[in-house]
Amino acid sequence: MPNDNEIIDNIANKEYEFGFVTDIEMDILPAGLNESTIRYISEKKKEPEWLLNWRLKGYQSFQKQKLPEWQNFELPAIDFQKISYYAAPRNKKKYNSLDEVDPELLATFAKLGIPLSEQKALTGVAVDAVFDSISIATTYKDKLKELGIIFCSFGEAVQEHPELVQKYVGSVVPHSDNIFAALNSAVFSDGSFVYIPKGVRCPMELSTYFRINTENTGQFERTLIIADEGSYVSYLEGCTAPMRDENQLHAAVVELIALENAEIKYSTVQNWYPGDKDGKGGIYNFVTKRGICKGANAKISWTQVETGSAITWKYPSVILQGDNSTGEFYSVAVTRNRQIADTGTKMHHIGRNTRSRIISKGISAGEGNNSYRGLVQIGPKADLARNFTQCDSLLIGDRCGAHTFPYIESKNNTATVEHEATTSKIGEDQIFYLNQRGIDSEKAVALIINGYAKEVLNQLPMEFAVEAQKLLSITLEGSVG
Amino acid sequence: MLTIKNLHAEVEEKQILKGINLTVNAGEVHAIMGPNGSGKSSLASVLAGRENYRVTQGEVIFKGENLLDMSPEVRAREGVFLAFQYPIEIPGVSNINFLKTALSEIRAHKNLPPLDAKEFLRMSREKQKLVEFDAQLVNRSLNEGFSGGEKKRNEIFQLAMLEPALSILDETDSGLDIDALRIVSKGVNKLRSENNAFIIITHYQRLLEYIVPDFVHVLYDGRIVKSGTKELALELEEKGYDWLKEESREKATTI
Repeated sequence: MPNDNEIIDNIANKEYEFGFVTDIEMDILPAGLNESTIRYISEKKKEPEWLLNWRLKGYQSFQKQKLPEWQNFELPAIDFQKISYYAAPRNKKKYNSLDEVDPELLATFAKLGIPLSEQKALTGVAVDAVFDSISIATTYKDKLKELGIIFCSFGEAVQEHPELVQKYVGSVVPHSDNIFAALNSAVFSDGSFVYIPKGVRCPMELSTYFRINTENTGQFERTLIIADEGSYVSYLEGCTAPMRDENQLHAAVVELIALENAEIKYSTVQNWYPGDKDGKGGIYNFVTKRGICKGANAKISWTQVETGSAITWKYPSVILQGDNSTGEFYSVAVTRNRQIADTGTKMHHIGRNTRSRIISKGISAGEGNNSYRGLVQIGPKADLARNFTQCDSLLIGDRCGAHTFPYIESKNNTATVEHEATTSKIGEDQIFYLNQRGIDSEKAVALIINGYAKEVLNQLPMEFAVEAQKLLSITLEGSVG
Repeated sequence: MLTIKNLHAEVEEKQILKGINLTVNAGEVHAIMGPNGSGKSSLASVLAGRENYRVTQGEVIFKGENLLDMSPEVRAREGVFLAFQYPIEIPGVSNINFLKTALSEIRAHKNLPPLDAKEFLRMSREKQKLVEFDAQLVNRSLNEGFSGGEKKRNEIFQLAMLEPALSILDETDSGLDIDALRIVSKGVNKLRSENNAFIIITHYQRLLEYIVPDFVHVLYDGRIVKSGTKELALELEEKGYDWLKEESREKATTI
């Protein structure tokens, strides 16, 4: 029978499955950040002047801000001048069809389980594939167009729907929000754009797959989703990167806008390269995600399964402005080896009778450290607001850590705020019990973990729930025996 | 089916089994009684392969093979079932999915394909009825929020589903009221056959009124100090364990 040390060692030795590099000719901007970097990117993307000016304002905010110090981990020094801010596969004019896309790129995504040809694509899922700094292809675009749904790369949206982009970009996450959001505003290269017209229920899952490939580049994408009155959309993002000894920065911004009676469901399965067992390499995943329920009865739901990255640092949040609006946050975060996660959510209750629900499940193994950090804020006008928070931590072995930092600020005495927290260990008793019924230790751990995370996994779209379940099992494979 | 020879075991360097000899044949029910701390539950743990128990001497042959060489899951797949004294809760894992996984593992070990969903469901319904197990509990998370009695009844339901050759019931009667005890015993009696065997570990004679054993053994200080038929249980009920303690102490000093 294994002991805790073997458990930890086995987890540590598990290889990262998506660590390959695609060898393809790239246009890479030399490392360094100054005004001309920003002008270069903007020009390369043929952007209108207002957007360039907005980027430059973002750059000014970035220069004024310092790196935060409140996080529950030591922030490694980041030399922003050593990062290349733009990398794109060469020869890309504009693809009119998938036939024009470099076969090497298609093969890369196929290898990642994301076939981009529509005949082979996952049924019921439209995909936007982002490779380093740019979007490669978006599937099912025409079919969605018939319903008036816009699903395209951010760059395309700037060209074709500038009025929508100008109206909403930075409206939820201003360029001055925080240092990484400011950096993103200055240098963002691509990302996805979604607009669902009034009363339309998007008939398929929309999904973006992010891939970092080139060395020493950062990925700075922006996602903007607008659900007009009475519409519904479910959106999913996935991410991977090659194995490298250097850390790479991923600083994305996601903005969601749900108007009256609209609903946005945003799911993330994050599997960036986590670094090796000694903590060398891996992605710094510093992301700002925020949504606003602008109108009455709107709903925004975040679901995240975070298994990768050397450091995950993000708090998908909801501003509950409309009366009766709802915000939800469901999270499973796994850390092993030397991985760090400091994640949670913020629920800002502004409107009356607003509701929020937070379910956070942390899993720590090896020497991983997992922190839940959350803010529930009830404003003076948020009569009868309600929040329920549950954050659970599960420990595997005795060298990992779990921490909880819940903040509650209430300025309205009609509000109800509930907080529950538990910490547990995968017990030898539990494993032995399952062993005694014929189930080996590895399967036993997978069963226990999936049981533990079930409430969150159940929130994922069907097509991805199974994938996520597998990912959890694989991530913790070899956790015992 | 099972032969235990001169079994010695320790836990945390403390000698806890000091030479157990026991033979169990198919079709038999053996009761093991004894005062607290005599080693009853330790014997069950050693047979099931619990990690912190170390066998220092002796052997255990199960269906002609060395049981002690097998991992706990292989022992289970070979047909050793332990009904736990304190069944474990596993949140979020549904009782029925857990049983499906367990049954598939056991079948795979015998080179059998997993039962299809329909077949499994039919079997599950049949066994629920047989051991009078509440259908609602079948779909709940494994033992989570179950009462003490419900947990014990779930052990018997699992036993019915997995159809082991040798079942070890570790103080299944503790914490059961008389009605639950009757239901559990009825279930076990229905499951008894020519092909399987039971070792029933209990503190009280009460359970043995319902599940009538073929043999009764008294365990004291890590050894079986007396064996007999069901009448021995009655004698113990009447006289307690003290006379046996005396007897065994005398024996120990004369040796």
